[in-house]
Amino acid sequence: MTIAAAQLDHYRRELSALGAQLPGSGLTWVEKTRQGAFERFAQMGFPSARDENWKYTRVTPIEKRAFRSMPKSCIGLIPEDLERFFFAALPCHRLVFVNGQYTPQLSEPGALPGRATVCSLTKALADNPDRLEPYLARYADADANGFTALNTAFMGDGAVLYLPRDTVLEHPVHLLFVATTQEELFVNPRNLIVAEQGSEATVIESYVSLGGNGYFTNALTEVVVGDNAEVTHYKLQQEHLSAFHIATLQVQQRRNSRFTSHSISFGGSLVRNDINAVLDAEGAQCTLNGLYLGAGRQHVDYHTRIDHTKPLGTSREHYRGILSGRARGVFSGLTQVHAGAQKTDASQSNDNLLLSRDAEVDTKPQLEIYADDVKCSHGATVGQLDDDMIFYLRARGIEAQAARGLLTYGFAQDVIDRMHLAAVRTAVEEVLLGQLPDTDAIKGLVS
Amino acid sequence: MGDSRMLSIKNLHVSVAGKHILQGIDLQIMPGEVHAIMGPNGSGKSTLAHVLAGREGYDITEGEITYEGQNLLLLAPEERAREGIFLAFQYPVEIPGVNNTYFLKAAVNALRKHRGEPELDAMDFMQLMKTRIKLVGMNEALLKRAVNQGFSGGEKKRNEILQMALLEPRLAILDETDSGLDIDALKAVAEGVNRLRSPERAIIVVTHYQRLLNYIVPDHVHVLAQGRVVKSGDRSLAEHLEEEGYGWIEKEAANA
Ligand SMILES: Nc1ncnc2c1ncn2[C@@H]1O[C@H](COP(=O)(O)OP(=O)(O)OP(=O)(O)O)[C@@H](O)[C@H]1O
Ligand SMILES: [Mg+2]
Repeated sequence: MTIAAAQLDHYRRELSALGAQLPGSGLTWVEKTRQGAFERFAQMGFPSARDENWKYTRVTPIEKRAFRSMPKSCIGLIPEDLERFFFAALPCHRLVFVNGQYTPQLSEPGALPGRATVCSLTKALADNPDRLEPYLARYADADANGFTALNTAFMGDGAVLYLPRDTVLEHPVHLLFVATTQEELFVNPRNLIVAEQGSEATVIESYVSLGGNGYFTNALTEVVVGDNAEVTHYKLQQEHLSAFHIATLQVQQRRNSRFTSHSISFGGSLVRNDINAVLDAEGAQCTLNGLYLGAGRQHVDYHTRIDHTKPLGTSREHYRGILSGRARGVFSGLTQVHAGAQKTDASQSNDNLLLSRDAEVDTKPQLEIYADDVKCSHGATVGQLDDDMIFYLRARGIEAQAARGLLTYGFAQDVIDRMHLAAVRTAVEEVLLGQLPDTDAIKGLVS
Repeated sequence: MGDSRMLSIKNLHVSVAGKHILQGIDLQIMPGEVHAIMGPNGSGKSTLAHVLAGREGYDITEGEITYEGQNLLLLAPEERAREGIFLAFQYPVEIPGVNNTYFLKAAVNALRKHRGEPELDAMDFMQLMKTRIKLVGMNEALLKRAVNQGFSGGEKKRNEILQMALLEPRLAILDETDSGLDIDALKAVAEGVNRLRSPERAIIVVTHYQRLLNYIVPDHVHVLAQGRVVKSGDRSLAEHLEEEGYGWIEKEAANA
C-alpha cells in the first residue's frame, strides 16, 4: 500500500463531492467504471520505486499534495488570450478546456463531414452513450498504475472524436488544455478517438498554462484505429515549469491501420508519458516520434510500448532528448513481438544530447521477440555536442555560442522534420528557439 | 617601415596528447604568394593547418605566429575566420540537422557584420550563392541538405571551395583539397583558387601531388618531414619530388 490513509480519504471525498458534475453521471456503466477504478487506485496507490516501470521517476511531490478539482466556474478568458496557442495558418476544429472544463465560448468545433462528431466527453455521454460504451475505458488499463486508475475514476472533460466509416477530416482537430489557477488544481482530461474503417484524421493535443502553476494534469487518451483507417496524433506539452504532467496515450490498431504519434515535451517539473500501441491485427503500421527537452531541475520520462500481436506489422520509433542544467531524462521503449507475429518489421532509436555535466539520462530500448521470422533493430545513444563540428562552424566565423545553438537545434530538427503539418512544425520551432540553450544567436537564421 | 609579411611562423613547436608533432617550424608568407606544402603522411601538415585555424587541443609549447601584424595565437577560431583566414579541411565534418544554406548564410553574414557591412537577406544571399555555386560546379541540390551529410568525397571538397568563394579570405589554407577529386573537380578547385589570387591575398596549398600545382602554380614549395620544414624551393622542387619521392630529402636532412 503506497498511499496514506489521509490522502486516500481526500481523493474519496473529492470524487463524491464532484458527483453529478462529472461527465456521464447517472449512467450506471460509467459510474461502475469510476467506482471500480477508484477501488484499484485505493489498492495500488501511487507508483513507487519498487515498481520496475517507475524506478527512475519518483512521484513523491505529487503524492504529498492534496490536489482538488475546480468546481464549474466562469473563467474570464477571451479567444485573444489564447491566440498564441492556436495555429494561425492552419484551420482546425478547436475545442478548448480551461482548468478541466470544456469552454464553448473559446472553442470553434466547426462542422465535421457526414456523421462525424467531435465534442466534449460530457456532451458525448449525454447525447449518445451507447456509441461510447464499447470503447470508453475499454483499452486503457485502469490497472496499469495508480494514475490511470485515478484518471478513470475522475475522468473529466476531454474530447470525443468519432469518425464513421470512410470519413476523412480535411482539417485537424485541435484540443487545447489550459491551466490558469495556482497550486493544487487537479485535472483529469479524458479523450477518446474512434476512427472506423477507412477513416482518416489528425488530432493535436496541446497542454499550456496561462499563469497557472503547481497544478497537476493527469491525462489519458484512448485511440481506436479501425481497419485501413489512419490517425495522426500530435501532442505538444508546454505546461508551466512548476506543473506536474502525467499522461497515457493508449492506441488499439486494427487490420492495415496506420497510426503516427509525434509527442513533444517542453514544460512541466515532473513529466511522465506512457504511450502504448497494440497492433492487434495483420498489417498495422505504427510510428512513434518524440522529442523531450529538460532544463533546470525538470524530470521528463517517456515509457513507450509497442505490442505486435499479429503478423506483418510495422513499427518505427524515433525519440530524441536534449537535457541541460540538472535535468533528468528517462526513456524506456519496449517493442514486443508476440508468438505468431511473423514478418514483423520493427525499429527503434533513442538519441540523447547532454548539454551540461549535471544533466542525466537513463535510456533503455528493449526488444522482446517471440517469433522467428522478423526484422527488428534498436539502438540508443547518449552524447555531447561534437567538438569537431563546433570547430568546423567556428572556423567559418560563426561564434562558439551560435555554433552550439545550431548543433543543438539541428539535433532537434531531426524529429521536427518528421511532422507533416508545417504550422505545427513552425510552432514547435518557435518554442525550441525560445527554450534551447544557445539558440538566441541563431534566431534570425533558422526561422 | 612596417612589416609587410602576411604570415610569419617562428620556431613553432606543437604537441598533441603529449606527442611532439611540430618541432620548430619557420615559415614566412608575403601577400600575393602561393606556398605549397608537401611531405610524407604524418609529417604534421594538417596539424599546422589546424593550429593556424585555431583548433583547440593543441599545446603550443614554443614559438610564435604573427598574422597581419597581430599575435594569431590570441585569437579564437571565429575571430581568425573574420580576420580573413580560411581553412579548407582535409576531412570536412558532416553536420546532421544543420542546413547547408543556413550555415553558409550564417558564415557570410558573420563576416559581413565584422567588416561593418550590412547583413545579406535571404534574397541577396541566394543571388550571391547562385553565382558562386556555378563557379565551383556544385550541384544546387546539395544546398538543401545538411552540411556535408551524405556528400561524396568530391562533393565535400567542392563545398569547401564554395565556402572559400563566398568568404573570399585573405589567407586560404587548402589541406589536400585535391585528394580524391576527378579531373573536372580538380579544375574547378584550381579555378576557384586562381580566381582568388590577388596581390593582397596569400594561399597555402597542402598537397601530395604535382598534378594540382600544374593548375595552381606555387611561388614556393616546402617539404615538411617529422614536424620540420626540411627543404624549401621553387616549383621545380615539387616536380622533383614527384619523380624521386621523399627519400633523398630525408637522407639530405640526416647528413646536414
Ligand atoms: N589528436 C591527436 N592525438 C594524437 N596524435 C595525433 C593527433 N593529431 C595528430 N596526431 C599525430 O600527429 C602526426 C601528424 O599528423 P597530421 O595529421 O598533421 O599529418 P599530415 O602530415 O597531415 O598527414 P597526411 O598526409 O596523412 O594527411 C601523426 O603522427 C598523427 O598521428
Ligand atoms: Mg593531413
